[in-house]
Amino acid sequence: MHAVTFTRSTPDTAARVWVDEDGAVAWGDVATVVNPWDEYSLEETIAQSKSGGGESTVIAIGSALHNDALKHSLAMGIDKALRLEEAGADMNDSLVWSAMAAGAIRKLGDVDLIIFGKESVDVGTDQHAYQLARRLGWTMLSYVSRIVYVDYSERKIQVERALEQGKQTATAALPAVISVLKEINEPRYPNFLGIRRAAKAEIPVWSAADMDVALPNAGTTALRFLNPPAREISTEIVAGADVNAKASALAQRLFEEKVL
Amino acid sequence: MSVFAWIETAAGEAVSSSWEALAAAAIIARSLDTDTAAIVIGANCEALARRASQLGATRVIACPAEALAEYRLDAYSAVLSQLVEKHAPEAVVSAATSRGRELLASAAADSESGLISEVIDLRVEDGSIIGARPVYAGKVLMEMKSNSATTFVTVRGRSFAAPTPNAAAAPKIETVEADGILKAPPVTIDDFVAELGQVNLADAAIIVSGGRGMANNPQAAPAGLSGNDASIWKAKHGFANTLQPLAEVLGAAIGASRAAVDAGYIPYKHQVGQTGKTVNPDLYIACGISGAIQHQAGMRGSKIIVAINKDAEAPIFKLARYGIVGDLYEVVPALTKALEEKLR
Repeated sequence: MHAVTFTRSTPDTAARVWVDEDGAVAWGDVATVVNPWDEYSLEETIAQSKSGGGESTVIAIGSALHNDALKHSLAMGIDKALRLEEAGADMNDSLVWSAMAAGAIRKLGDVDLIIFGKESVDVGTDQHAYQLARRLGWTMLSYVSRIVYVDYSERKIQVERALEQGKQTATAALPAVISVLKEINEPRYPNFLGIRRAAKAEIPVWSAADMDVALPNAGTTALRFLNPPAREISTEIVAGADVNAKASALAQRLFEEKVL
Repeated sequence: MSVFAWIETAAGEAVSSSWEALAAAAIIARSLDTDTAAIVIGANCEALARRASQLGATRVIACPAEALAEYRLDAYSAVLSQLVEKHAPEAVVSAATSRGRELLASAAADSESGLISEVIDLRVEDGSIIGARPVYAGKVLMEMKSNSATTFVTVRGRSFAAPTPNAAAAPKIETVEADGILKAPPVTIDDFVAELGQVNLADAAIIVSGGRGMANNPQAAPAGLSGNDASIWKAKHGFANTLQPLAEVLGAAIGASRAAVDAGYIPYKHQVGQTGKTVNPDLYIACGISGAIQHQAGMRGSKIIVAINKDAEAPIFKLARYGIVGDLYEVVPALTKALEEKLR
């Protein structure tokens, strides 16, 4: 049994991120973290590979920036890490990204389950996961809040999904791609041994040619990055003789703002 | 040639953000001088077609099949990909709901088309569709251009105004058969527990949100509860009896900070912010929320932010248009009463 997860390094959410004079996205010398949603997919990948008596692999696509996220994943307890990189390829485009990802899954050959975090906070999307499932022709189960069971001999998985309209329980055949929500588990912290093992690990890098992948044309091009228009916020602390006077004054302001 | 808008349904009714997607599709269609085609799949197609026409669709493509009554990714994406292949639309637009995201991404991969997701603004330049989308948790805006013949676009909720109805419009409906392309479903739905009657956070015009401060409920916890259990009881009681009445007066959805969710005060589905939901209501009332940057990541797009907090130094006040420094358990009931009188 082999479970695979994808991750990436993103600037710490608490960090200031801006667009510099050259139009590039910058976050100064603040360290990156593993994409926050991936804490849960990493934990689930470790748990599933352990309970299934198999192995786990974490993959990042892009520059050496993502080695930090891969090392964090190894420190948590993922067995192997891989990085996919192709000079000149636009990994902001999900068609290109998913073609690289599918190439790696095919080259690994024995993958039963791919687990994604809900989305990537830096690129602000989850389209990569769906397009990878499509390229592989595997079943996609998104928004998974609980894995009920995985049966590797019967090749079946049952999950609970938290959808906008309610909670769905669904069964699908393996291999499958799932994306998981925060509810699914409590991510573990890397321990000392894990950190030491990760520090020593050599992370192999595969190119498109290594995986025998012919990359598609990018479906999109990132034209430019912009700092959002500065919000002119002047905060008014609503005053009044007592709490009722303050509340009435606030209610009046909200009416004047026409937001009720 | 046309611009498609997928009209998502739940229990046979269109979800409200679908009409926003239709409005976004019409913007592209006008710029490209082509028509806007509403795509309705599954049950209740005729009524949906009528409504779509009233709301600006110049034509409707309907795929009414028994097997499509309930949304399924595999079946719906097979239908959508077939329509894309047949009609070669300039664009396919949907709301960036959980279904819209996975459906459009899958169909875009089928036709090797560009997908610009979660856009908050759209324009057409030299025949190319350009979408603006928030990245890095809303700290940066990215402008993305499509390179393909068909461009797939998902639009973030409440970013495009829903169209105003025009009663005179008669629907031009084209019906297509799906029978030939539907294979045995790869997913079996074993159970579904609907959560009705709750305002969806992503669609909400007003959100009332509670944080760690919810535990400071002056109401005494039942005898026998102490420490953490007492805090949880107090906070839950506060969400139900202090925040909920305000939400009811305003027709608002209930949100929460991660701190409140992690402490067990309220279920995860209410979490706003990083690893929760991103919202952009007209009015966001933050009660007992300090305003950690992770929370801000999910709500900074709100039009008017109101902060109610004991701590005058809480970062939430820097983001708020209006603030009241005080105990939420005194302020919120007073505000509920004041609004009730005004709205009556």
